Amino acid sequence: MDWSLIFSNTLRSGITQTAIIYILAAIGMNLHVGYTGLMNFGQVGFMAVGAYGVGISTSYYGLPLGVGVLIGLLCGLVLAVLLGMPTLRLRADYLGIVTIAAAEIIRLVVRYQKLKDWSGGTNGINGFANDFQEWNPLTPSAKYGFELGPLNLRFTGADLWEMGVGWLMVCLAVFVMWRLVNSPWGRVLKSIREDENAARAMGKSIFRFKMQSLVMGGLFGSLAGMFFAISNNSVQPDNYSRAFTFFALTVAILGGLGRVWGPVLGGVIFWMLLSGIENVLREAVSDEKIPTGIMDGVQVGQVRFMLVGIGLMSLMIFRPQGMIGDKRGIAIDARK
Amino acid sequence: MPASDADFERGGTAGGGAAGRLRDTEWDNPAEHAFDDCLEQPGSPKPSPILVAHNIERRFGGLIAVNVDTLEIQAGAITALIGPNGAGKTTLFNLLSGFDRPDMGEVVFEGERVTNVAPHVLAQRGMVRTFQLTKVLAKLTVLENMKLGGQRQSGESMWRALVPSMWRGQEQALEAKALEVLDEFNMVHMKDEFAGALSGGQRKLLEMARSLMTEPKLIMLDEPMAGVNPALTQSLLGHVKRLRAQGISVVFVEHDMDVVRDISDWVVVMAEGVVVAEGRAASVGKNPAVIDAYLGTSHAALSEEDGNG
Repeated sequence: MDWSLIFSNTLRSGITQTAIIYILAAIGMNLHVGYTGLMNFGQVGFMAVGAYGVGISTSYYGLPLGVGVLIGLLCGLVLAVLLGMPTLRLRADYLGIVTIAAAEIIRLVVRYQKLKDWSGGTNGINGFANDFQEWNPLTPSAKYGFELGPLNLRFTGADLWEMGVGWLMVCLAVFVMWRLVNSPWGRVLKSIREDENAARAMGKSIFRFKMQSLVMGGLFGSLAGMFFAISNNSVQPDNYSRAFTFFALTVAILGGLGRVWGPVLGGVIFWMLLSGIENVLREAVSDEKIPTGIMDGVQVGQVRFMLVGIGLMSLMIFRPQGMIGDKRGIAIDARK
Repeated sequence: MPASDADFERGGTAGGGAAGRLRDTEWDNPAEHAFDDCLEQPGSPKPSPILVAHNIERRFGGLIAVNVDTLEIQAGAITALIGPNGAGKTTLFNLLSGFDRPDMGEVVFEGERVTNVAPHVLAQRGMVRTFQLTKVLAKLTVLENMKLGGQRQSGESMWRALVPSMWRGQEQALEAKALEVLDEFNMVHMKDEFAGALSGGQRKLLEMARSLMTEPKLIMLDEPMAGVNPALTQSLLGHVKRLRAQGISVVFVEHDMDVVRDISDWVVVMAEGVVVAEGRAASVGKNPAVIDAYLGTSHAALSEEDGNG
């Protein structure tokens, strides 16, 4: 067993691009689910319109990348308004149904072969974000970083540039969230989560606040989608499937819904867990510590999800508020 | 009695200090003579109504839940709405406060037609209500609950929310006011508790206190005393009287006749969706229509026969 490799890989997974994408998406879902009580089960739809917004505008229409990013955000805003208009006056579960369906529709439309010239069909769109790599002040192929005892924390210049930009966005998103939820605006969102009619009786326009929350959280989702697309220099339709939404929701719950730092902590821990378990299993299988009768290398991918699932279930049983959630809130829920 | 007069003055003008709280029963009643010329009959006109319902009807399928020809609520007075279970009191409350829409008819608030106006707009205009099942915001603190009631908060704009300097001043003023109101309700020591941790009676108090934060002209209380212990009921009654002394109109739904007799200037009796009687608390109990409503027609007929026999 190469413990140095296991620890290094585990630690790296918690801070690389994938974790950042999930964290950004989960920050948006935290605003929806954790603060406003909006059941958004289609966060990946917001990611997809963001990614395709920047992808199509730069590749098909030849616009500069910066403009493409603005268009991606605009797409997220439009999607939020479209989804919110018919559903936000209805009961919470309707939004859940509509968002999950809308996200699937978006994916199926962009992978539609007849639209290949425009959205790339099943091949997606590739190589539209070369500018982003060119803006990299570091040498893309050079290794940066250091080794800390057994830990290898060296990254290529390309990775480090993407991670830097990604974490900068995470910090920005957390700052915006922190300002928003600690303001009177955030107070209204929380009151809508607790009881819509009470907020209504206090003179608050529920529809307006729900719509603003849906748009804001959707924009974080679009940002996540764009970061996904730009850092890979590619958009693939099937990356934007339902599972993504539920992993992002898991990340938000794991950290603690209704906490500003919840999604960040949740994302880091989730990916460290997933990668840590995978690395341990892989090493154990290759060292033949686990007999092939029980598990071979091919099954490692599935088994890690089973173990993570068990871990998450235990978390919900023993710490339902998430890692940094407020225990008092759960006590109140139990009393109701 | 100069000391007690001074106490009363302080309580009445400042909105209730410690002395005011102790002298709950001595709140001034500005509506004492408002009903002197009012006929004690359903739909009777009031000298200066704040809220008027004309011919409103609400059906649930085949059931006519509310069918009120005319109902006028006098400004600055305490009006009780009573009636047996299923009489349509809460439905009428919902119709008046915009939480439900009448199938026909109109509601007029302060001289303006407000039928089909959204409930939050009505609240902004000064008509605030509480709920039969208290709706405190469980996972917000008592103070946050209170601050939610503040109207026209600039920090409730999403963009301004990002720049605290644009709303911090207003927030501080709001907090000071919230603490002042909480102090009147003897709840300051609980300001940082989650509202979900309060007892049933405390939640009723909080809901009433929170309503006051909206600076209402008319406050509608749906069963404010239900499930509240007798000691707290007395204090709630005191608060309601204080509201009247401050010029706020009060409408409340209640089952406890002692409470109704104690504080209401005018009583409206509903049965089967219709206003069957109106009048002062003392006389309305003797009205045969009211006895019918509560005890059934057969009982009234029976007692009439007894009288004749």
